[in-house]
Parts: sequence; C-alpha cells; structure tokens
Amino acid sequence: MSERADRDRGRWASRAVQALFLIVLISLWTFATTLGHVSPILLPNPLAVLNELIDVLKSGEYIGDLRVTLTELAFAFAISVISGTIVGYLISRSPYAIKVLEPLLAGAYSVPVILFLPLYVLFFGLGPPSKIALGATISFFPIALNTIAGFGYIDKIFIVSARSMGASNYQLFRFVLLPAAFPVILTGLRMGFTVALLAILGSETIASLAGLGHRIVHLAESMDMARMFAYITFAVAIAAFLNAAVSSLEAKGKR
Amino acid sequence: MAPAPASEDMLATRDALATREVTRRSFWRRAQAFMLVRPGLARLGVIAVLFGIWEIAARFYVDKMFLSPPSSVFTSLHKVFLTNGVPAALRLTFFELFIAFVLSIIIGVSVGLTVGLNRFSHRSFMPIILLLYGTPQITILPLFILYFGIGAASKIAFGVTHGMFPIMVTVIAGVQNIKPILLTSAKSMGASRWHIFRWVIFPHMIPSFFSGMRLAMTGVLLGVLLAELYVSTAGIGYYTTLFTQNFDPTKLLGLISMLAAMAIALNELVRRAEVRFSRWRSD
Repeated sequence: MSERADRDRGRWASRAVQALFLIVLISLWTFATTLGHVSPILLPNPLAVLNELIDVLKSGEYIGDLRVTLTELAFAFAISVISGTIVGYLISRSPYAIKVLEPLLAGAYSVPVILFLPLYVLFFGLGPPSKIALGATISFFPIALNTIAGFGYIDKIFIVSARSMGASNYQLFRFVLLPAAFPVILTGLRMGFTVALLAILGSETIASLAGLGHRIVHLAESMDMARMFAYITFAVAIAAFLNAAVSSLEAKGKR
Repeated sequence: MAPAPASEDMLATRDALATREVTRRSFWRRAQAFMLVRPGLARLGVIAVLFGIWEIAARFYVDKMFLSPPSSVFTSLHKVFLTNGVPAALRLTFFELFIAFVLSIIIGVSVGLTVGLNRFSHRSFMPIILLLYGTPQITILPLFILYFGIGAASKIAFGVTHGMFPIMVTVIAGVQNIKPILLTSAKSMGASRWHIFRWVIFPHMIPSFFSGMRLAMTGVLLGVLLAELYVSTAGIGYYTTLFTQNFDPTKLLGLISMLAAMAIALNELVRRAEVRFSRWRSD
C-alpha cells in the first residue's frame, strides 16, 4: 500500500517536473523577447505567435496547404503500402529469395533517398508528383522489409501442422501466415508512414509550389517570423496528431 | 538377324547421349546448387540485371537530358572530381557529417546517461525526449538557417538535432535494461560507483548504443543533406542542385551514386561493429 502511494507520489513529482520544464521554457522565451534584447526577427514574442496562430486557424488560410500536404501523403503512403506489401510477400515465399534480396533492400534502405530529390524534381516537376514519388520511395523500404520479416520467419512447425490438419492455401494464409505476420507488418506501416510524412514535409521545404513546408519557407523568406512560428506550431501539431493516430491504430491492430 | 556391330554402335550412341544428358542435367543441378550456396553471387546477378534495365531504359527510351546510362555515369565518374569545387565540396560535407556525428554522440550519451541512470529523471524527462524525437525537425529548418547562417554551422546544427535523439533513446533503453540484481550484487561485493559503471552499466549499454549509432548516422546524413539541399553555397547539396539545373544527369548520377555507396559502406561498418560488440551476450 505504502509502496503504491510512493509510486503515485513519484508520478506526480514527474508530472510536476515536466510542467515546470514547459513553464521555464515559455517564461524564458517571454523574458528574452520582452525584457532581453533579442530581435523579434530572430525570436518573436510568444503572444504574437499565439495571435498569429489564432488568426491562421480562424481565417482558414491553412486549409489549402494542409490539403496539398495530406493529399501527397495519402498518395505516397497508398503507393508504398501496396507495392511494399506485395513485393515483401512475394520475396518472403522463398527462403532463397529472402537470402538474396533482403540484404539488397536493407542496403538500399540505408541510402539517404533525399539525395534523389533533385532528380525527382527533374522527372516529375515541382508539383505534388515529385513529393509523392519521394515519399513513396522512402516509405517503400521499411514496409517491404517488415513484410519480409513478418511472413518470412514464421516457425515452420505452424505451417506443417496446419497443412497436416488439412488447411487449404487460403486457410493457411488467413489463419496462420497473416496473424503471425500482421504485428510486424503493422510496425513497418507505422515506420513507413512516419518517414513518408517527413519526406513530404522535407521535399516541400526544399522545392515546391504549395503545402505546409512551402508555406513555412515562404514566410521565412518574407521575414514574417511570428506567422512562421505559428505555422511551425501548426505543422508540428498536425504531424504529432497523425503520428499519435497511427501509433494508436498500430497498438489496436496488434491486440 | 540384326547386325551386331550396328546394334553395338547404336548402344554406344545411346550411351553417349545418355551420358551427355546426365552431364548436362548434372551441370544444371550443379549450377543450381552452386547458386544456392552462394546467395551473394545471385545478389550480384540481381544488381547486374537492374543496371541492365537502367542502361537500356536510358539508352533507348528516356531523354538524354534527364537520365544517362550507368556505363557513361561510371566512365565519367572522374569528371565529377574534375569539376571545379567538387573535391572541396566533398571534404566540406564529410567535415560537417563528422562534426555533427561526434557532437550527437557526446550530447546523446551524456543526456542519455543522466536521464537513464536515475528513475525519477527517467520518468520525468523520457516523455519529453520522445516527444522531441517524434517532431518533424524539418519544419524548423528555416530557423536553423536564420540562427546559424547559410554556412557549415547550420548544417552541423541541423544534423545534430537529427542524430542526438536516437542515441539518447537507445542509451536510456540500454541502461534501463540492466537487471537490478546485477547492480545489487556488484554493490554488495563492494564495487565503487566507477566500477559499477565500467563493468556493469557500460557493457550493457554497448549493444544498444551501437544500434543507436547506426540510427544516428542515418539521421545525421539526412539532416546535413536536407540542410544542404535547402540552401547552401558549397557542399554536396549545392552541386547536386547545380548539376540538376544544368541538365547534366551524368555528373548528378555520379555524385549521387558515390554518396549512396558511401552511405551503404558506413552503415555496414557500424552494423559489423554492432554485431561484434554484442557478441558477449550470446556467449
């Protein structure tokens, strides 16, 4: 009983430290911009940022950029999910193919795909297609690798026993292979989603016509710092929300 | 009354054919077996086929302005180095990568140990670290340019933000995984704090630390290259943009393939080290 009370007290203390951390950060920010001599071009006042954020949300100015970014993300993720799971499944059917192809995919995964962005812009133009292609390329590898890991390393005894009990191909897939592989594939999908989001925001930042990344760069270049901070906050919140949503879906699917 | 010689002849022919059949089949069998025990060779074959497709596509189907065949990319690899400023750019990018990586390790390990070795600080600060790790740092890239200028400093700083979090998280995870009984027994045998760190905590940290290093290297590479592609006046990012804008795919692909090969090699190096230093666990 007392141990539990102890643990509860510890948890409250941790929460307090976290809150304190946030408060110190924000008050440092406020003091630096109001009392200190920090130029508002380098660091805008938090209140100004909050006002801009409210203005952005109220005016609905973000909708166009958000739609572009989310559309790109949806297309990129759909492409990589379909191609990644199919390629991964086909490779996982033969141990020899796994042995030959998995190291190749793993090696390709370690290449910083962002390097190909100039090439993709050359091929697909400045618009959404180049972002979709980059996002799909980057997220293909974790999805394919995890699909291989999921389907390829199932204990033989399950397959043999299902077969000996007379399971058809479909039954084998539906009741043995898929349940065994699903959690691993889900992890791959989550990783793929995260990197696709990063790649799309990144390529929008570097070269694009629209999207959240584009908006942030545009505001940075016009030195509209408070609004830029507001948009950064907005983009980070969207990304955090999407990642949290995907993580909770993953946890739900694994159960 | 079949003539005996003819029949013998026929038999001989049949035998010869059969032997040839057997040798041919066994040749294929042997070739198959040969390939089966050597997946590396098959891997090379796959790579060769991919390069062949690229070569054919580039030679016959795609505009020369956009894609050049691998043969001409590799034969003109030296021209990339001859381009004014490319060697200096490579040196600069490597310098940025190196500094960013070292800084990530220093920051990551010190923060990771501070947070991980104490239960209270772990519970307080781990959520904050995970939250920061999860935010897409790319959204604040313009700020880094603003604070650190368009030179090497902003690339290093941006690389560090990508590299330090994986190290922190893996160091914390490694330290947390130690069985309390090991610490207790070391303590009861009279080990000092330093001894406990050196002989209990440190060996436990090493394997996860190496996987963190691998993640950090990928992160640092991503961060530095992103910042260079975003804005730079030197470095690899500048030259990839330059070659793209000049419609010079031969040099662009040469540069990209060199960097890709380098990334794969570095990754493999750290992976080997990881396997080597984790060996004590399975023994």
